[in-house]
Amino acid sequence: MSTSTEPSDTVPRGSGGPTTAAETFAARRHSPLQRVQHLLHSHPAISPLLVLVVSFVVFNQLNSRFGSAGSMSLVLQQAAVIACLAVGQTLIILTAGIDLSVGAIAIFAMLVGAKLSAEHGVPGPAAVLVCLVVGLAAGVLNGLLVTRLKLPPFITTLGTLSIFTALGLLYTKGQAVQAADMPDFMTWTGNVIELGDFVITYGVVIAVGLYLVMGFVLSQTVWGRHVYAVGDDPEAARLAGISVSRVLVSVYAVAGLVYGLTAWVQIGRADAASPNAITDGNLETITAVVIGGTSLFGGRGALLGTALGALIVYFFRSGLALAGVDDQYRILAIGVLVITAVAIDQWIRKVRA
Amino acid sequence: MSALDTAPATRTAVLAARGLVKTFGRVVGLDGVDIDLHAGEVLAIIGDNGAGKSTLIKCLTGAMTPDAGQLFLDGEQVGFKRPQDAQHAGIQTVYQTLAVAPALDVASNMFLGRERRRRGPLGSVLRMLDKSGMNKDAAAAMSELGIGTLQNMGQAVETLSGGQRQAVAVARAATFARKLIVLDEPTAALGVKESNQVLRMIEKVRDSGLPVVLISHNMPQVFEVADRIHIQRLGRAAGVITPQSHTMNEAVAIMTGATTLAETPGRSPG
Repeated sequence: MSTSTEPSDTVPRGSGGPTTAAETFAARRHSPLQRVQHLLHSHPAISPLLVLVVSFVVFNQLNSRFGSAGSMSLVLQQAAVIACLAVGQTLIILTAGIDLSVGAIAIFAMLVGAKLSAEHGVPGPAAVLVCLVVGLAAGVLNGLLVTRLKLPPFITTLGTLSIFTALGLLYTKGQAVQAADMPDFMTWTGNVIELGDFVITYGVVIAVGLYLVMGFVLSQTVWGRHVYAVGDDPEAARLAGISVSRVLVSVYAVAGLVYGLTAWVQIGRADAASPNAITDGNLETITAVVIGGTSLFGGRGALLGTALGALIVYFFRSGLALAGVDDQYRILAIGVLVITAVAIDQWIRKVRA
Repeated sequence: MSALDTAPATRTAVLAARGLVKTFGRVVGLDGVDIDLHAGEVLAIIGDNGAGKSTLIKCLTGAMTPDAGQLFLDGEQVGFKRPQDAQHAGIQTVYQTLAVAPALDVASNMFLGRERRRRGPLGSVLRMLDKSGMNKDAAAAMSELGIGTLQNMGQAVETLSGGQRQAVAVARAATFARKLIVLDEPTAALGVKESNQVLRMIEKVRDSGLPVVLISHNMPQVFEVADRIHIQRLGRAAGVITPQSHTMNEAVAIMTGATTLAETPGRSPG
């Protein structure tokens, strides 16, 4: 009786029949490294989560003030703007695109809304709506250039980066709009909520809400599924009856809307609308997305990873500053993280059954 | 079978084409091709490289628009501008390049472009996917075609073997086709065992009532499953034979131009 029962994990198929050498090979035990590869393949957010936890522990060891409520609150407030922008960047990178114009669009939308409210008496809510509409329109422009003129997203957004930066500077003659000149509603996102020692701005709440909503949309809705399909294999998506260009335009449009919303968060954060703000928004958001495990080749990744990626960037910024280290080491460390993250992505994409 | 026929003949074909022409600049892909697919049959299309097999099925499935000629579906003239048009008309195609999205799971691929939403406001307002329902139906469709080895519908397609991937593509086509399915070289990338599995799937699809158009290079497989064989040569239809009327060697001879159907009429069918 005991001879007829074979250990089930060595003979997964061909129950009863003799196993071939190849089947034995296929049923071999995976090495620990292969199991890590499979784990990361199905849960790509694990590596950024690990980095976040380890960096928290290390920075807290270097300076115990790092983990305090005050310092953590500041990290969240600082990270909110880039984290919001990175939602749009994630959507676009999921379609195997890239957006260099993130910061430029957000700033342009912000300047238009701020100047209208400060100099032309447009009420606050209407001015915020203007920010959203300008962001949306800029996103649609990017989307149409990518789908209609078939320009690569890199070139399209390199162009619109310059265009919107210049338009913003021309429109404001390089002058910032101060909070005092704007209706209170424009700086509403800078208001704080105190939870014990934690001080959270409304901007942070908006960022968290944005991640929850867009995380739901990406993982649970038909549109989200189509975004992944278009980024994974546009030809397969097309043959399955999905209108690839319609999905792409909608992705750039939603990203633009997110940038418009971020403009409002930025005004509250800086207490002003300055044309010189978030100039490195494109590189910082790409960094957050890539560290978060979203593949630059499209179709793989999730917003959870991006949230972790944005937090990692600001953990390093705050942690290394508190440790009294030269800021160049932070830049160096982020560079190492980006290269490591992309190398891990290349590795886990080679996963096989 | 006269080329002068301008409309589908006596017995209404499920899908018929008359005088299809497709050119690519000075290259002639199709040079006036007629084809008929009847209910309940597997029609194989064979031909040498460049004979126009792929161009023919692309014209039948909306992936290309013919320059001239007519298409009839159940006797009614149709025109497909995009693959979706053919899909809406009830034609499903499994492409040679395995049109599955590798990073998406089995169920997502089966329902790609036709995702099902949850009932009630979760589906209509929040547009939520009915993931468990789609997983269940995907598993049912796979086991119906005899693919019981694939248990986990949440598995990414890129982690499957070639045969399993092909099974996903065929199951998708069989689930959503109302009129017919078209398979372009479904066994080209597969081993013997997996190829046989796909051939059994093709027979199951036919027996379930859907006619099948099969494009293949593999003569033994064609002669095993096809009811009729349409031979393409240099962009033209060189003739239609059956596995009973002609031998494999005769089919290859007609296909390569060593002989013609007129010179080799074969045994009378039946």
